[in-house]
Amino acid sequence: MMSTTVQSSSPPVAVPRRLSQLRAALWPILQSLLIPALSVITAVLLGSILILFDGRDPITAFEGLLEGAFVEPRGLLATFRNMTPLVLSGLAVAFAFKSGLFNIGVQGQLIMGSVVAAWVGFAVEGLPPILHVTLAILASMAIGGLWAAIAGALKAFADAHEVITTIMLNYIAAQFAGWLISTGSDGSRPGPLASPESVTDAIARTPRILPSAQLPTIYTVPPNFTLHAGIFLAIIASVVVMFLLQRTTFGFQLRMTGYSPTAAQYAGVNVKRVTILTMLIAGMLAGLAGGIQTLGVNYDYEGNQSLGLGFEGITVAFLAGNNPIAVNFSAFLFGAMDAGTTRMALAANVAKELIQVIQALILMFVAADQIIRRIYRIRAAGPGAQLRIGGRS
Amino acid sequence: MGETELGLALIATINFTIRYSIPITLGALSGILCERSGIVNIGIEGMMLMSAFTGFMTNVALSKPGVDPELQATGVRLGLAILAALLTGGALGLLHALLSIQYKVDQIISGTVINILAVGLTGYFYQLKAPTKGKLPAMINNPWTQAGSAKLQLADNFVLYLPYDLGRILFDKDLITYLTLALVFVLGWALFHTTWGLRTRSVGENPRAADTLGINVYRLQYTNLFLGGMLAGLGGAFLTLAAVGIFEQNMTAGRGFIALAVMIFGNWRPSRALAGALLFGFATALQGQLQQFGIDFPHQLVGMLPYILTIVVLAGFVGRARPPAHEGKVYEAE
Repeated sequence: MMSTTVQSSSPPVAVPRRLSQLRAALWPILQSLLIPALSVITAVLLGSILILFDGRDPITAFEGLLEGAFVEPRGLLATFRNMTPLVLSGLAVAFAFKSGLFNIGVQGQLIMGSVVAAWVGFAVEGLPPILHVTLAILASMAIGGLWAAIAGALKAFADAHEVITTIMLNYIAAQFAGWLISTGSDGSRPGPLASPESVTDAIARTPRILPSAQLPTIYTVPPNFTLHAGIFLAIIASVVVMFLLQRTTFGFQLRMTGYSPTAAQYAGVNVKRVTILTMLIAGMLAGLAGGIQTLGVNYDYEGNQSLGLGFEGITVAFLAGNNPIAVNFSAFLFGAMDAGTTRMALAANVAKELIQVIQALILMFVAADQIIRRIYRIRAAGPGAQLRIGGRS
Repeated sequence: MGETELGLALIATINFTIRYSIPITLGALSGILCERSGIVNIGIEGMMLMSAFTGFMTNVALSKPGVDPELQATGVRLGLAILAALLTGGALGLLHALLSIQYKVDQIISGTVINILAVGLTGYFYQLKAPTKGKLPAMINNPWTQAGSAKLQLADNFVLYLPYDLGRILFDKDLITYLTLALVFVLGWALFHTTWGLRTRSVGENPRAADTLGINVYRLQYTNLFLGGMLAGLGGAFLTLAAVGIFEQNMTAGRGFIALAVMIFGNWRPSRALAGALLFGFATALQGQLQQFGIDFPHQLVGMLPYILTIVVLAGFVGRARPPAHEGKVYEAE
């Protein structure tokens, strides 16, 4: 007792100052976590009101959700499995956002990656497994990147707004992939990538990929629920993206363009080149998300397996404040929500779509942080703290 | 394939084109109203979906046994249902305005919130097989009959009856269809020939100047977003109260986004947007009719065309789409 008081009194001013310095250093970090956390909590509370309104029990519902997402033997596995494409689609949104581009076309880029991975997976024969998987993954990244680069080039050279062009490219991708695998059951020719079996059973899909193209399994819950190695690819991708943004010249130019394209232009940045490259890389991430779904989960392309992944990526990215590393955590949260819905629906007789309501509310609160600040009386952060698409229009 | 009656297929294609283009036209009008006053609205899809749902559920609630028969009369019941849809759309328009003007949320994000929210909420409250006492009837019936018409034999399998077939295109349509066509011209006129229209356009082009001249920029934006939301709501009402008659999950199926494409296609002008919507409708109708006409061409590739055309127009390869100068940006009053 005595000794501590003596020690603390010997440098009487330094301790409080150090403490306040620590607090000053921690406060922004804490605050950057506070808003997303409160957004999630508020959204869940509102979701509970909705459940009560429907005459059900929210406690049972969320117990079911947690059980489905973490407790059940396959729960955590499903969470990780769902998280994998969400990390990548979240990165595809966040990366583009850093340069002031809104990539709403993740869905289309993902579809293209998915279908091309399936094509390489079943059509290329005689390769050793490692080479085959790598080839399929690279192909899915290449096509996703090129698909997004169309929007980038249109933005750079024709000033066409990327939000609209990427939405249009989503529909073009969906129709195109739909044609590739169409069964031709109504008297027309089947699509070039349609499985021979699909002509008889009328389920549009590609042939199953060869075992050599499947992503290796890292964990299996008996009898046959597996987790594939894609989760590592996703996490590595987030680190690579972080490095690219923070430690390379290109990343610096990209962020500069995001703050002000005009200023970047004056500083000698080739804004057109940055725009196209940004979309190319964002598309590669989205294409990888699609490729991994094909090579690790579905083993073929069926058309509607990836519904919504692209749009969930937007919420995942914004919840993470567009920070590539934080995307892993928000994707984990969303993966868990998606994994737990079925159990939640069973446990409390609540419609699965509740999760979508909660996710939309999370996006709203994260984006309109003033609402959260007002409810919980949190001091406003400095300028630039708010989510906004850079100086571009 | 040769046995297909081309006359029947032709009329079916035209009617499908019209029916498909109505909600898209309304969505495009919604987009025009919002963007002309400087607010980008990519939440049209969600507004349509949610309104389609509330309109339908109002119809369901009023169709239940035990409800006052006066309320159950076709006109009152469907009138109230349409009103519910309009108010839903309007409320979502106000939410979009609140988020993007008051809370300064990026307009694209705000629209995305509305879209995801609509899918979630309608899915959550969705009920399987909810019965109703029917949808909107035809407002004017075809006055001509096949028997009383002249038979035009254009080819072996191509017969038209005039004026009966013409009547099948012009009549047998519901209230919302005619209302939409009227709205296209009313809005087109109002945008370019009224004080409101001039103010709307000036706010979309240069809100600072408009503010200097004494126009209340925010009030105008709130008003236009409310009206724009109601237009999208009418589009939703058309789906569940006139075209299909029931609600299906996610039934808008991208129509709100196509409406955006049509808006750009029409260069932010109502009448050209109608033309664009008809083009999209025709391309979609053609997808289903290719087989009928004995053409073996993948319908998905036809379905891609309108989207490709939109990109081509937006990129300025053909014509030039010029959006309002200040759309998408927050206006900060001094």
